[in-house]
Amino acid sequence: MEDIIISVAQRTLIAGTPLLLGTIGEIICERSGILNLGVEGVMSIGAVTAFIVTFYTNSPWLGLCAAMFAGMVISMVHAFASITLQSNQVVSGLALTMLGLGISGLVGKPYVGKPLEIKMQTFPIPGLVDIPFAGPVFFDQSPFFYMAILLAVATWFTLEHTRIGIKIRSTGENPKATEAQGVNVSLIRYACVLAGGAFSGLAGAHLSVSYSKSWIEGMTAGRGWIVIALTIFSLWNPTRAMIGAFLFGGIFVLQYLLQPMGISPNFLAMLPYLTTLVVLLLIGLGDRRKLNAPAMLGEPYKRGER
Amino acid sequence: MFKINVTDRIKTTPKTSVLTLLVSLGAGMVTIGLIFLLSGVNPFFAFYKIFSGSFGSFYGIKETITKAIPLILIGGGLAMAFRAKFWNIGAESQLLMGAIFGTWVGLSFGSHLPSFVIVPLMFLAGFAGGALWGVIPAILKIKYAINEVISTLMMNYICAEFMIFLIVGPWKGKTKFGFPYTDDLPATATLGLLPGSRIHYVTLFLALLSVVLLAVILYKTRFGYEVRVIGENPEAGKYAGINFFKTTLIIMAISGGLAGLAGVGEAAGIHHYLSYPDSISSGYGYTAIIVAWLAKLNPLFVIVSGLFFAGILVGGDAIQISLGLPAATVEIFNGTLLVFLIMGDYFLKHRVRLLWSKPTLT
Repeated sequence: MEDIIISVAQRTLIAGTPLLLGTIGEIICERSGILNLGVEGVMSIGAVTAFIVTFYTNSPWLGLCAAMFAGMVISMVHAFASITLQSNQVVSGLALTMLGLGISGLVGKPYVGKPLEIKMQTFPIPGLVDIPFAGPVFFDQSPFFYMAILLAVATWFTLEHTRIGIKIRSTGENPKATEAQGVNVSLIRYACVLAGGAFSGLAGAHLSVSYSKSWIEGMTAGRGWIVIALTIFSLWNPTRAMIGAFLFGGIFVLQYLLQPMGISPNFLAMLPYLTTLVVLLLIGLGDRRKLNAPAMLGEPYKRGER
Repeated sequence: MFKINVTDRIKTTPKTSVLTLLVSLGAGMVTIGLIFLLSGVNPFFAFYKIFSGSFGSFYGIKETITKAIPLILIGGGLAMAFRAKFWNIGAESQLLMGAIFGTWVGLSFGSHLPSFVIVPLMFLAGFAGGALWGVIPAILKIKYAINEVISTLMMNYICAEFMIFLIVGPWKGKTKFGFPYTDDLPATATLGLLPGSRIHYVTLFLALLSVVLLAVILYKTRFGYEVRVIGENPEAGKYAGINFFKTTLIIMAISGGLAGLAGVGEAAGIHHYLSYPDSISSGYGYTAIIVAWLAKLNPLFVIVSGLFFAGILVGGDAIQISLGLPAATVEIFNGTLLVFLIMGDYFLKHRVRLLWSKPTLT
């Protein structure tokens, strides 16, 4: 029984890892005022890039770096359209998703059904792994998991306690006043969109070189949209994103676990989306200011406009 | 040295609009060609195959019209919703809800009623289903300040899972040998096809009728005026006493309802039973967003842009077979063209000039 609990807990954290990585990226992006609906596409690009690079170099770490870079490159599309050209961010983000899914499908086609020889190994942390229960659950994970946790904490610290964090947040709240303080709003937003792209790429890499060791079209399977949901669920706070990501990761695992007991997996699969709506509704019923959404989220900023 | 000079464009003439549109599409096509080239696919051959697959043969044209039906129905409704700046991303599930409601009526009453009774009933039910699913995010937005992009997106996934639940669970057909489909609709509850094609003409007629009606509503009625005011100048709308709640509800009932009609068309005209969501709709709800955008949110232009993207869908199927490309190739077309269309909008709103100025010593 204990084995089962440990295994479920372990798999919950694994399933939550790409969600957490993507969500941190989207939080950074949205805190600067840019809504990026392209996560699903960027993740897919990350997954295919990580796979191909690992396929030829046999180095998952190289694949991981390439995925982050590719995530940034493809995100330039959204950054350019929504920041420089002040386009509609909803439409531009959707375009990015389509583009990402399309390109990754085309580029990855020859690699379908060819598993990697080597994938990212789990890295048991010496000493800590021997702790009963917590050891195998938390400290016998792939490096992606540790990275996700560290990055979440680092992002939280950066956003809340550093000068650059203040710049990012005020860019999302009031770009005009921020610009008046001598901050380059466009530069901040570009940096945040690209950072978000790198995170989504990393999340995609997790899917193709750690979670599994193969590439198939559509392997992101809607995780990018769960990330969008999680960003709101966590109210734009990276530490709350940890709770949310692993909660939603747990739902993934439960789907397979509860199915033999006659509970429809479809209703469980609905849960992440349903919970997000319910959370939004509860906030909407109560004090809307608690939502804490960046005030200028989705609004293009035009320099010098009154 | 060269300097980029950007000024606001005061007035756009129809000529600049059309020119910008053509240049955007052209630039998009060149980019798509480059993506093909970089992926080792001969772009000229690919374009030729897409064109010949969609518009180059009688069979292709028939298929293109078939796929244009849902795109026109949904695109027209989205054009109106987007006019009011209500970002309905949920047409995909509004279509599915329509298919679910319509199929339920067809399966329940189809064998007892003549075709001319059951088919209108199914379309009514489908419209109601789509409208219901479309009105929910409108209520959530106006009453509880929930962003409609998020709620409609979430509802797409909720509906898709609900539909899978139905077809593997309570609605699973007794005649389908364990496959996850509902039973076939009775013959009276299926839509007539133009001979030798898959064009379900009733839905085609509804699609064409809907865009004409939408254009009349949008440009000739008080309600249409309110829709445009809500989108362009909500502040003024408030002072003018426009009831935002009521207007938004009607907009989304129409937009969702039309998507619901498309769902009935797909279920009763093409498949004749419900199966997995992605086989009932091959992303029509998302593609229709680009259709509406390409049409400049004008319902009448949706006919042309709907046919254009239907052609890409059909041509995309053709190159999948002949060049062995993955299904996602069509997404490259959709994504790239959409990017270039929104970029084109920038040049419509601004005059961008490349100026040569002599370097001056200061």
